[in-house]
Amino acid sequence: MSFTVPQELEKEIDERITHYPVSKRSAVLPILHALQHHFGYLSEEAVEWTAAKLELQPIKVLEVVTFYPGFRQEAPGKYHIRVCRTLSCAMAGSYELMEALCEKGEIDRSAVSHHHPIAVGKDGKFSIEFAECLASCGFGPVCMVNDEFHENVTPDKVEDLLSKYE
Amino acid sequence: MPPAATDEKKPTAETPAVPMVNVQIDGQWYQFPKGTRMIEACRQVGKDVPHYCYHPKLTSPGNCRMCLVEMGMPPRLAPGQEPEKDGEGHQPIQWIPRPAIACANTVAENMGIRTDSELTRGCRHGVMELLLINHPLDCPICDQAGECRLQEFSVEHGTGGSRFREQKVKKPKNVDIGPRIRLDDERCIMCSRCVRFTDEIADDPVLGFTERGSHTVLAVHPGHELANNYSLNTVDICPVGALTSNDFRFQMRVWFLKETKSICTDCGRGCNTLIGSREGRVYRQTPRENNDVNSAWMCDHGRLNFHYLDSELRLSAPLVKDEGVHKESTWPKAIQRAATALKAHGGSEIAVVVSSRMTNEELFMAKRLIDTLGAEHVATVPRAGEPDAYLIAADKNPNTQGARLILGLEGDLAAGLDSVRRGVADGRIKAVVTLQEDLLTPEAGFDAQTLDGLEALVVLHLLANPTAQMASVVLPGAGFAEKRGSMINVTGRLQRLNKATEPFGQSLDDWEILRDLIQAIGGGNGIYLIEDVFKQLAAGVEEFEGLTLSKIGDLGVPLIETGETVPLLERERERIAKGQIVG
Repeated sequence: MSFTVPQELEKEIDERITHYPVSKRSAVLPILHALQHHFGYLSEEAVEWTAAKLELQPIKVLEVVTFYPGFRQEAPGKYHIRVCRTLSCAMAGSYELMEALCEKGEIDRSAVSHHHPIAVGKDGKFSIEFAECLASCGFGPVCMVNDEFHENVTPDKVEDLLSKYE
Repeated sequence: MPPAATDEKKPTAETPAVPMVNVQIDGQWYQFPKGTRMIEACRQVGKDVPHYCYHPKLTSPGNCRMCLVEMGMPPRLAPGQEPEKDGEGHQPIQWIPRPAIACANTVAENMGIRTDSELTRGCRHGVMELLLINHPLDCPICDQAGECRLQEFSVEHGTGGSRFREQKVKKPKNVDIGPRIRLDDERCIMCSRCVRFTDEIADDPVLGFTERGSHTVLAVHPGHELANNYSLNTVDICPVGALTSNDFRFQMRVWFLKETKSICTDCGRGCNTLIGSREGRVYRQTPRENNDVNSAWMCDHGRLNFHYLDSELRLSAPLVKDEGVHKESTWPKAIQRAATALKAHGGSEIAVVVSSRMTNEELFMAKRLIDTLGAEHVATVPRAGEPDAYLIAADKNPNTQGARLILGLEGDLAAGLDSVRRGVADGRIKAVVTLQEDLLTPEAGFDAQTLDGLEALVVLHLLANPTAQMASVVLPGAGFAEKRGSMINVTGRLQRLNKATEPFGQSLDDWEILRDLIQAIGGGNGIYLIEDVFKQLAAGVEEFEGLTLSKIGDLGVPLIETGETVPLLERERERIAKGQIVG
């Protein structure tokens, strides 16, 4: 699969770089965000592309990518679900929520590990991972589906929730 | 203010222009130039502060925290308040309850440092305990054992036990990160010395830390490798056993190695080295700091170019050829044979090819031989190569300067060699003595057919090379690790080689062979020691006047002006001037 950054996106990225006149290197985060937003994840090619863009060695970009759990190195599904597992949500039942989501969304999490946090469903429609605090501790358990935020998601609401995404 | 330290430890100003500041270290007052790092100030007065990430030749990120010390400053004065001073003019020190890193902070007026207080000791205990939490503690099978900072500081500053009852983090082991280096991520303490070396010195930033957090691993980018010609320096500066050399690992425990100060003879730079040897065998070469030659580094090529010393082709005894067959002989017989063969020819029929890989002492003896024989044809084999932007010199011979001085060679060395080649080809030259040179290499450019036409071919070399195979007499000489002597590098610095091992088998030091040969040809000369050779050299060649082998010292002395500079040292001086590194 060849990696091509659309002209429009590259123009936007070039503009972002101008925000950091002292050191282009500082533009690495906004660029990675832009690329992940467009491609859904950061492939090896995306890392190399960013490095070339900023005149860095690829390892310097990889350091950043691997530091933030928010950056994905594997392709997610059409809808990527992030379930909060930090204290408040965990106590409110985020693990049960995760189980319910996997069951209804037909996602197998058995291969998930520290290095591969994302599980993708068979048809590629849903993918899921645990996330740390999503900043709504009073309304746990909470989760995000792509950029949409959902509060008080008890396991019985899972079917309704998933049916919103087609 | 008289410092209480003993005279030899008393720090002195490097340049008088830099103002001095008063600093109290462990209760005693000293003076240091402003800008001195706290860690260097402590070291200068004999109070070594343990550290991992700090390296004077690299920037100081201050990430290992091992050099934490207790620090104090004079009290802040209210407006108009006069400072309260003791009899020696020092203000009282207010100790800061929080420790400071000694590597990245510089000394200040009236600063106090405690390298052995309860706070400092507590910090070291804590740092050691945390560093050892995920460390595999596999010293018995680790190649770094014996020269491992973690091991040493664990003994000196550790607690002796661990309170950690949980699972250690598992990380990649035995990772092939380049052609000469192996990585064990579980041993890594993330000091980042190697990362900084590849960034700042080798300009090949392929290393980095990924997955920062409890799983932090040192890694090369997928598809890349740590393959630059300076990569093995990362093994030297790695304070633990995370990076090990493929060439040296598991060959020998470091505490068995005898370390001999010498120089690398791979090119004209003459990087200062330590030869690690045991029981007559060289196991490794590592760079030795010399800020006029190689800083603290050396190239991988030079470092690894010693295995030929125990090559299968190594000559173990003198050989003479009878009826086309080489037979082992004794030294007196072989020397006599060589002398007889050479004496049969007049000076115009004899050529001596001398190697610029020989020491000054050997060159001096070669010159004696040339004079004794009256040989009219003398040449060396020039080796011009590509320099790099770091240490490698364009001249691949380690002692071209010495050869020019001592043999009195002038002008184009290649032309001199060419004329010998032509003389051999057209039959004017009937006898050739070659000293440490294989004439049948592309550099020397002789061909077997013309050599075959010679009436006498005397070879002094370490290896049974093609020229030796054609020789009437073969005299086995010594390798660079087997001799004491001196060489002059491309910048004109006179440096010393020291003997790490004995010459292989019955081989002899080259200067002894030459002495015996001269004796057999022209009579006695009363030289018994290498020091005698140098004494005569100093008497005979102007530039060496007043010098002795021991006066050269471990770091060498500037001897002649060549106008050559060392690119790596130029950059290092810039960094020191900018305050980026200590140097």
